[in-house]
Amino acid sequence: MSQDDASRPDGLSRRALLGRVGAAGAFVALTEVLPSGTGDADAQTRRAPAREPLETLTQAEADTLDAITARLIPTDSTGPGATEARAAHYIDRALGGALAGFRDAYRAGLAGVDAYAQAAKGAPFARLSASDQDAVLTDLERNTATGFAGSAGFFNLVLAHTVQGTFSDPFYGGNRNFAGWDLIGYPGVRLAVTADLQNLDAKTAPTHMSAYDYSMFSSRKPAHGH
Amino acid sequence: MATELRRTDVVIVGLGATGGVAALPLAQAGLDVVGLEAGTWLAPADLSPDELRNNFRGWPQSVQKANREVPTHRPNASAPYSARPAIHPMMNAVGGTTLHYWAQSWRLNPWDFKVASETRRRYGASKLPKGTTVEDWPFGLDALEPYYDKVEVEIGVSGQAGNISGKIDARGNIFEGPRARAYPMPPLRGTGFTEMMAGAARSLGWHPFPGPAAITSGRYEGRSGCVYHGYCNRGGCHVSAKGSTAVTTIPKAQRTKRLTVVTEAHVTSIDVDGQGRVSGVTYRKGNDEFFQPASVVLLASYTYENVRLLLLSASKAFPNGLSNNHGQVGRHYFSHNQIATVNALFARNLNTWYGLPAQGMAVDDWADDNFDHGALDFIGGGNLWVYSDRRPIAAANMSTFGRAPRWGAQWKAFIKENADRANTAYLQRTTLPYEDNYLDLDPDVKDPLGFPVCRITADYKENERRLADFIQDKMVQWYRAAGAIATEKTPVGTMGPTTHAYGGTRMGDNAETNVVDRWGFSHEVPNLGVLGASVMGTSGARNPTLTAQALAWRTAEHLAMNWKSIAG
Repeated sequence: MSQDDASRPDGLSRRALLGRVGAAGAFVALTEVLPSGTGDADAQTRRAPAREPLETLTQAEADTLDAITARLIPTDSTGPGATEARAAHYIDRALGGALAGFRDAYRAGLAGVDAYAQAAKGAPFARLSASDQDAVLTDLERNTATGFAGSAGFFNLVLAHTVQGTFSDPFYGGNRNFAGWDLIGYPGVRLAVTADLQNLDAKTAPTHMSAYDYSMFSSRKPAHGH
Repeated sequence: MATELRRTDVVIVGLGATGGVAALPLAQAGLDVVGLEAGTWLAPADLSPDELRNNFRGWPQSVQKANREVPTHRPNASAPYSARPAIHPMMNAVGGTTLHYWAQSWRLNPWDFKVASETRRRYGASKLPKGTTVEDWPFGLDALEPYYDKVEVEIGVSGQAGNISGKIDARGNIFEGPRARAYPMPPLRGTGFTEMMAGAARSLGWHPFPGPAAITSGRYEGRSGCVYHGYCNRGGCHVSAKGSTAVTTIPKAQRTKRLTVVTEAHVTSIDVDGQGRVSGVTYRKGNDEFFQPASVVLLASYTYENVRLLLLSASKAFPNGLSNNHGQVGRHYFSHNQIATVNALFARNLNTWYGLPAQGMAVDDWADDNFDHGALDFIGGGNLWVYSDRRPIAAANMSTFGRAPRWGAQWKAFIKENADRANTAYLQRTTLPYEDNYLDLDPDVKDPLGFPVCRITADYKENERRLADFIQDKMVQWYRAAGAIATEKTPVGTMGPTTHAYGGTRMGDNAETNVVDRWGFSHEVPNLGVLGASVMGTSGARNPTLTAQALAWRTAEHLAMNWKSIAG
């Protein structure tokens, strides 16, 4: 069990979970595979949301992307991360819209990540331990992943989009349940802000509203993913 | 073949910050005005509080003309090109970038009009940086004051005067030049953070004051007061508190029935007759091409497009581009030395989630020539500005001050603790024109119609770099006085496409070194006027828009008062 696995609240090893559901990879699939009340997996099942129907990526690409985002903004003692925020869903959707220009970069990049993971650690990225995944990501970030030229560019792209998917308005498919905004204490979209909410010690309750939950803007929604 | 339209008195190319202002005095004078705008009208409901859309995806503009003609940049004529941004810093719409700008609405200080002569007088000619082409403006602040006043009233500027007819008021900027009267509205309210910073500035013996903004601090002319919701920055205002020309001067001009607004009009050339006078403009709308004849043309797109359109409008009389027989179009270009800034980390939450970039505290003690440069190796100065404005994606992208990696568990713990504990100052500094900083047409990169885009060849020189360093140190001092536990200075950056682009059609009495005269009309083409910061020869240490708008009003008023001699 890696150090990271030990820090999971449920003490459950990712590899152990994945072993149970086979090679399918991403542990979000557990909600569809495991019935409720299956012992220690149950906590994981409740915390990890189901993956939405894919809009752009292939299943294999989504497995890899989900696993990458889970390491960039991990689920840990400080709270939910990119997995719960569904950053990968945000990216999958946006690649069919506003980020369509990056579709090819994701196709090549995700394949490159898996190829490097296989070569360096002996398995596709999603099936590696958290510590091995971090090691692979660090190599990508530093452009030292053998056989993956320009890996830092792809790493930076995914990092930027994972941050967008975690902290943007939930309208775009990420920041599910305002996980990102709650993480950093952003008190949310308000259409008018009174002076007392700008005091240094204001304790402002989160609105948990999307901009497009307000009737003024709900009729002018941008196209999904755009 | 272009369809020839009915002749009009004046055609304005671009209904943004300056064209949108100029339309009003012209229409009020009874002239028929056609305003050609590449964008469309946007409604308040289009201006949603959506950080992803506004700050990362180039909205709210619905027409992406500008994004398809982003200028290229290289630091000098033999250097490789910089990476070209995907999004143009400015937007197309009726109202232009005034829809989403920060709306800081400063007047220049007296020194900014006389940089060359004042530097010679106070420090000697050798103090002027080598290679600078800076000239005094053809007039001083006093000549522009009445036009600043008109625009402040029309668009609605909030602020605290510091100098009314020579009487100094320490609540405002004690360094500003004389104003005839107070601002139309009191300043935007302070916040816990900005008041904390003001106290720190005073503890240093400095003179903090709330900056002026074209944003209503209360109800004004039927418009709501600001709601401080935090999405003003590149986002537009859903209650029309921001004094965009789209909600102020343009609709007022339309009510005279003299202004016709044509949207989605993509101007491709300014045309001349056999006498070398402009005859009108050619534009495309959809798949159709039109020629709009006019007695006078006012070119009021952004600096890059003003220069590009002139250079693209070559003719027999102007083989090197319209109004360019002296080779001055594109010269004396400079962007604002505003990139190098200071990030600060505090040990407490600052609660800057709401507010707007114009809701802040300024210090002008180190701006312009407000301090003695005798022992310093540069001229000019900077305006220090802190403000309340923070959104979640930007907060997550904050500097980690060397205390955490860029991702993973440690990073996540860092931003969880510090997302509301950091602040970044906005430091605008004097920037000078130089002989080898210029705009021209890119030989390779073209827009979708096949026309070359504008190319920027420019880099900051020693004066700008030394000044940046000096001003950053002052800002570090200010943050530390307010309790910052860590600060960092960011690099000076490049002179690529920017929201503060000056020169290229500089204004001055000398036709050998300037494109337009003291009234904003071409030295070579008497019925062609140019509006915008492209006519400005110095930057000051503050945002250009109000000055460009005051100049636009002045040019328009001059045109109306001298109609027969200019229109011919």
